[in-house]
Amino acid sequence: MGVITTPNGYTLDNSGQRVVIDPVTRIEGHMRCEVNIDSSNVIRNAVSTGTMWRGLEVILKGRDPRDAWAFVERICGVCTGCHALTSVRAVEDALGIKIPLNAHLIREMMAKTLQVHDHVVHFYHLHALDWVNPVNALKADPKATSTLQQTVSPAHPLSSPGYFRDVQTRIKRFIESGQLGPFKNGYWDNPAYKLPPEADLMAVAHYLEALDLQKEFVKVHTVFGGKNPHPNYLVGGVPCAINMDQNYSAGAPLNMERLNFVRARIEEMIAFNKNVYVPDVIAIASFYKNQLWGGGHGAINVMDYGDYAKVPYDKSTDQLPGGVILNGNWNEVMPIDPRNPEEVQEFVTHSWYSYPDESKGLHPWDGITEPNYVLGANAKGTRTDIKELDESAKYSWIKAPRWKGHAVEVGPLSRYTIAYAKGIGYVQEQLARSIASFNQLAGTALDPKGVLHSTIGRTLARALESEYCADMMMDDWQALIGNIKAGDTTTANMEKWDPSTWPKEAKGVGNVAAPRGALGHWIKIKDGKIENYQCVVPTTWNGSPRDPAGNIGAFEACLMNTPVERPNEPVEILRSLHSFDPCLACSTHVMGPDGEELTTVKVR
Amino acid sequence: MLETFYDVMRRQGISRRSFLKYCSLTAAALGLGPEFAGKIAHAMETKPRIPILWLHGLECTCCSESFIRSAHPLAKDVILSMVSLDYDDTIMAAAGQQAEAIVEETIKKYDGNFILAVEGNPPLNQDGMSCIIGGKPFLDQLTRVAKHCKAIISWGSCASYGCVQAAAPNPTKATPVHKVIHDKPIIKVPGCPPIAEVMTAVVTYILTFEKFPELDRQGRPKMFYSQRIHDKCYRRPHFDAGQFVEHFDDEGARKGYCLYKVGCKGPTTYNACSTIRWNEGTSFPIQAGHGCIGCSEDGFWDKGSWYARLTDIKPFGIEANADTIGIAAASTVGVAIAAHAAASAVSRAKANQSNQPVTTKGQGE
Repeated sequence: MGVITTPNGYTLDNSGQRVVIDPVTRIEGHMRCEVNIDSSNVIRNAVSTGTMWRGLEVILKGRDPRDAWAFVERICGVCTGCHALTSVRAVEDALGIKIPLNAHLIREMMAKTLQVHDHVVHFYHLHALDWVNPVNALKADPKATSTLQQTVSPAHPLSSPGYFRDVQTRIKRFIESGQLGPFKNGYWDNPAYKLPPEADLMAVAHYLEALDLQKEFVKVHTVFGGKNPHPNYLVGGVPCAINMDQNYSAGAPLNMERLNFVRARIEEMIAFNKNVYVPDVIAIASFYKNQLWGGGHGAINVMDYGDYAKVPYDKSTDQLPGGVILNGNWNEVMPIDPRNPEEVQEFVTHSWYSYPDESKGLHPWDGITEPNYVLGANAKGTRTDIKELDESAKYSWIKAPRWKGHAVEVGPLSRYTIAYAKGIGYVQEQLARSIASFNQLAGTALDPKGVLHSTIGRTLARALESEYCADMMMDDWQALIGNIKAGDTTTANMEKWDPSTWPKEAKGVGNVAAPRGALGHWIKIKDGKIENYQCVVPTTWNGSPRDPAGNIGAFEACLMNTPVERPNEPVEILRSLHSFDPCLACSTHVMGPDGEELTTVKVR
Repeated sequence: MLETFYDVMRRQGISRRSFLKYCSLTAAALGLGPEFAGKIAHAMETKPRIPILWLHGLECTCCSESFIRSAHPLAKDVILSMVSLDYDDTIMAAAGQQAEAIVEETIKKYDGNFILAVEGNPPLNQDGMSCIIGGKPFLDQLTRVAKHCKAIISWGSCASYGCVQAAAPNPTKATPVHKVIHDKPIIKVPGCPPIAEVMTAVVTYILTFEKFPELDRQGRPKMFYSQRIHDKCYRRPHFDAGQFVEHFDDEGARKGYCLYKVGCKGPTTYNACSTIRWNEGTSFPIQAGHGCIGCSEDGFWDKGSWYARLTDIKPFGIEANADTIGIAAASTVGVAIAAHAAASAVSRAKANQSNQPVTTKGQGE
């Protein structure tokens, strides 16, 4: 390949040392990453590969559209429920079903519970070990840790020196046991870790607190959807009927006790976000103030469909609005229309699929997904033992979605960039406050763009979105109580439940602000059955391989020009990739329309 | 020198009294008598933490997510104090070559003495390359590790039966673990996902008794999968009384009537949802108003719509064989109600009910 410049402005040079990371861990699903590092240990070429696919869309063909939510919900058990919600929205859109206000509010609370849960678990359990060194925490003075805790978050009750001493003792014994479990073979002596021991100990304590608390958050799903992971949804509304004071209320899905239970969980989420999660991210980020790389497309080329409508079915009331920003021009947010065949399109030039004409992209309603697993001529290794991929050919199970041909990033950072640009007051206040706090701790004077266009910006936006979602959820809860008080206990619209009431053919779109970014499902219904079903998910956008024009996707872009301390220890690479919260099962679930068997391995 | 679970607890400053109380609670959580508390205590006092390699194939990670929801024991206590979770790509710090090295190190150091936990399954189409780990098919990693493990836990419906990616037409030829590994003991813990406390109870049982719990002929632990959800459902009296939800959000839905007529699969699903319930006993699907979709049963994706009424259950109660009544019930609503009312009366009149398990033959068998 040598040196090439992409249309979206990156100079790629694959002449340096090739470093392969497979598996990329602490993500959902399976992923591989290859980079070339120059003689100064700076990344000059990046190759992101989705290494799994499951074929859910072909499995859906011919099935009852009312059942689809459960199938697509199993695309991902981490962002559990968001595909189910997108699916029921797509089916309702196709069939012209409007859900009752109570159902809208309950679905909102479920979606935002997922946001908070997913963001918290992502930061503490999937991402933190890129920033936090648990071994270094053993050197901390518990008293100094207590002081740090009370400085960054005076409201958090777990802050005594004794508390941190107990946590430290537990970690010490764990490490001394010689059985390191999940910490085994970590990069604990790598100078890329910058936190002082006290911050490491505080973060480790919160790793454990978050692990205990996340199981409480999801109980909102358990009340409304019966279980978590994978709560139940319903086309036309929600399955949890309301019975406040009539006979058998105690055995009904929703009553006063159940709603109080939900409120208590929302209060826990609000408190954890404000007292622990957001302060932790700002404090940790301040120690990495000299590492504001990893921006890539972040805060520059961004997209979201918009979500959290205050008034159901009125997109102008979206509390996180949609749109597209290109080239860092925050003065112009372009509208997005998921129905327009010229806007969202998927390309497969570098994906393990084939199109009749691979120079063109296809809109999801007309999507084709024909598998074609081939390695390029310059790949090293064999078909079933890949040593190095050839990115000039096909190299991923992920397609390449583009908006009007542009590679864009999706996710909390993209939503926050759009919301900031569109003047959403809550978001502007949050960003002003948190960036002031960052500047104060770091001794810097950065503006929002200066912080957001980075790996740290992605991680900060996710924490702020979690805080916003928890606060919005309390509004939803109040609105639900208010609506019930006004005499409305309806939770489902069953007018078009019976397929005999449906048109012979229909098509619809569902969109959701999923934890990892803009999520869309496109459905075609014919004779009461699913004729075609396509999902374009956040990690498909972010993890996409190159398109026919050579534009690189967000994962590859974020790694470009990042310096690494040690080429054989991928701390910096993991840090930037994890800042997207990759979900590979989501991005690579597609399969050919015929689901034909190609070759089969022998089972030994 | 490996540290035992008891050592870990003592070093954390937990008193012997608290430790024994913990053992009693564990025994109770497992549905065991108080006499087992001592046995658990002894086991905890003497055993080092057993290594677990938790591999992921084609899956959605809902099993891992469920596992970390466990309230008793807490996930952090399982991970820090009970087992040594040396490989789990969802939470492990290491990646790439450092992650792969752990697999080899464990095989070398603990050959035949570690547990293999599998979430998801291997696909066989596309040379197995629709699930790639370290540049090779997941099947390679699975068979390599399985060869050296002591026993296998098949987490969830993917590893146990195939689950959603194996639904017709199973485009990737996703294949459950027992179809590719034939020479190791396998315990299946099905469900999409399994209940968190069921998962940790299975682990705790194995650690405590150093053996699998008693399994049924499908390989599931009898302690959690020997009863249908219907058998212990809190809405069962409404079934027996012929009181049904006719459609969502109707009067019956608000009163918590039986969901059988809107498709509940509780009568043919073996799981602990109606007894242990979900998320620390908070609720379960039927309590939240949606019928059971049968997610712990083999091939449940291909057994009809979630909302199609079962026609192969035994509406006279758990003891009777009444397929003909089932068909009649499906014909018209009026007849169905009459049939169920009759069924209910007949059931109440009957004395000795024997628990004859329903045999459901699925694609994984």
